[in-house]
Amino acid sequence: MRRALFYLLIILLALYCAGPLLWQFITSLKPDTELTKLPPILPTSSTMDNYISIFKGNPFLRIILNSAIVAASTTTLSLILGSLCAFGLAKLRIGYKGLILGFVLSVSMFPPIATVSPLYLIIRALGLRDTLFALIITYTTFSLPLAIWVLTNFFREIPDEIYLAARVDGCTPFQVFYKIMLPLAAPGIFATAILVFIFSWNEFLFALTFTSTVASRTIPVGIALFPGLHEVPWGDIAAASVVVTIPLIILVFAFQKRIIEGLTAGSIRG
Amino acid sequence: MRDEERGRWFVMPSLVLLSIVTIYPLIYVLYLSLQRRLLIFDVSRFIGIDNYLFLLKDDRFFNAFKNTLYFTIMSVTLELLLGLAIALLINRSFRMKGLIRAIVLIPWAIPTVVSAKMWEWIYNTDFGILNYLLGVKINWLGSPFWAINAAVFMDVWKTTPFVVILLTAGLQVIPKDLYQAARVDGAGRWDIFTRIVLPLLKPVILVVLIFRTLDAFRVFDAIYVLTGGGPANTTETLSIYAYKVLFQTLQFGYGSTLAVVVFLCTGGISIFYIRLLSRGVKL
Repeated sequence: MRRALFYLLIILLALYCAGPLLWQFITSLKPDTELTKLPPILPTSSTMDNYISIFKGNPFLRIILNSAIVAASTTTLSLILGSLCAFGLAKLRIGYKGLILGFVLSVSMFPPIATVSPLYLIIRALGLRDTLFALIITYTTFSLPLAIWVLTNFFREIPDEIYLAARVDGCTPFQVFYKIMLPLAAPGIFATAILVFIFSWNEFLFALTFTSTVASRTIPVGIALFPGLHEVPWGDIAAASVVVTIPLIILVFAFQKRIIEGLTAGSIRG
Repeated sequence: MRDEERGRWFVMPSLVLLSIVTIYPLIYVLYLSLQRRLLIFDVSRFIGIDNYLFLLKDDRFFNAFKNTLYFTIMSVTLELLLGLAIALLINRSFRMKGLIRAIVLIPWAIPTVVSAKMWEWIYNTDFGILNYLLGVKINWLGSPFWAINAAVFMDVWKTTPFVVILLTAGLQVIPKDLYQAARVDGAGRWDIFTRIVLPLLKPVILVVLIFRTLDAFRVFDAIYVLTGGGPANTTETLSIYAYKVLFQTLQFGYGSTLAVVVFLCTGGISIFYIRLLSRGVKL
């Protein structure tokens, strides 16, 4: 009886978490005539029309590509800069370590709205408006605190003896870093990569402000500004939502352990 | 000793980038907030603290402030309670635990904009599944009372997974024999929860509170896409108001003043929590 109640709660929990996305998926399969009808909940005849329409005559593919470029570049850059910095903080002797970590943490607490107006003026002055580069640099900076914190925790767990032994054997600190420490910290790097990728795939405020045309629009902005001449194209929006969410759902299901590790390393152990 | 010199080269690139893209703009925004700056006419004039004085007479600012506080308090409280309940529920061992943990993560992974659009459709007055399931016809996003609560509910749905993950990690650190010892001593479930689980979870709860309060206080995209701040500015938060002043009316001076206020508030919140945390850890 107790067991049954427990599983009932678990099922309710799963429905609560996945239900809205499931409903969006169902909506995406409905033909336009059935969108405005309830019941039936399930479409009587499912259709791929909405999926076809977002890719046809619509810059949706371009937008997905933009997001992929931005997220991949941001992830790469953050990992390179973040792992160097984290290695330095975890294994090398540097003055003001506590101060540096405190500074990095305080940056992660900045509200984006506080820096968006000056960044906009700077980016406009540099002629970088409407470029993916502007987004990549901004996102990299805003992901760095997370990357540094998560990776510093992972590097700290590698015994100092390994570092010292390699130094005695004649490796330079940089060689120790990329030949020995990087492979050992691979799980942490992987966790960081997923977190940064998801952040840059989802970011909205800077993307909305720095881009003005389809050339550099990313997915969140594309979906928020979905073109609708007379009425809101709910079917198209639903289809687009499903398409852009699928990569994330795959990431979450394949790597949930890593994601959880990364999230907790970034906040609790710090 | 030479390592110390080399250490700098590892840390420098990140610190330089952080300074250029965050510290410099922060100083710049302070300077902008002391200007009368209209982007359309290329007007820029130093006016001292006039923007801040204007802010004190700006009803819309106080309205946004009130909405932000309501949203933050409501959503953080609900997320913490719900997150704790879910974390306790899935902390046991059961079949398909991995699958359930992955499902719980779904709302967290969905882009905020997508989840706002999803909920906008769920809340739809005529064709929304919510009204259909409840058998009512409420204009969720169109009525001042419901709109802000609808936004709170969406945020709770979206970010509770984050709370669950951190609290679950905290629960796993509690030694199992502590529970057993307490049970042997005749402690009931409630006693174990209030006397063992909660006190040991306190540092984690504080960390969760810092992250969630800061995020909720600076909320932008979720509400901006869901309601745009309407109806009648009842869901307009500080970040949304600042954004509108900056990029819709192009008043970069006053908009920056609002942005500075958001920054000062989040700074205050961080300091408050970090003090609590450092005291809590020592105990």
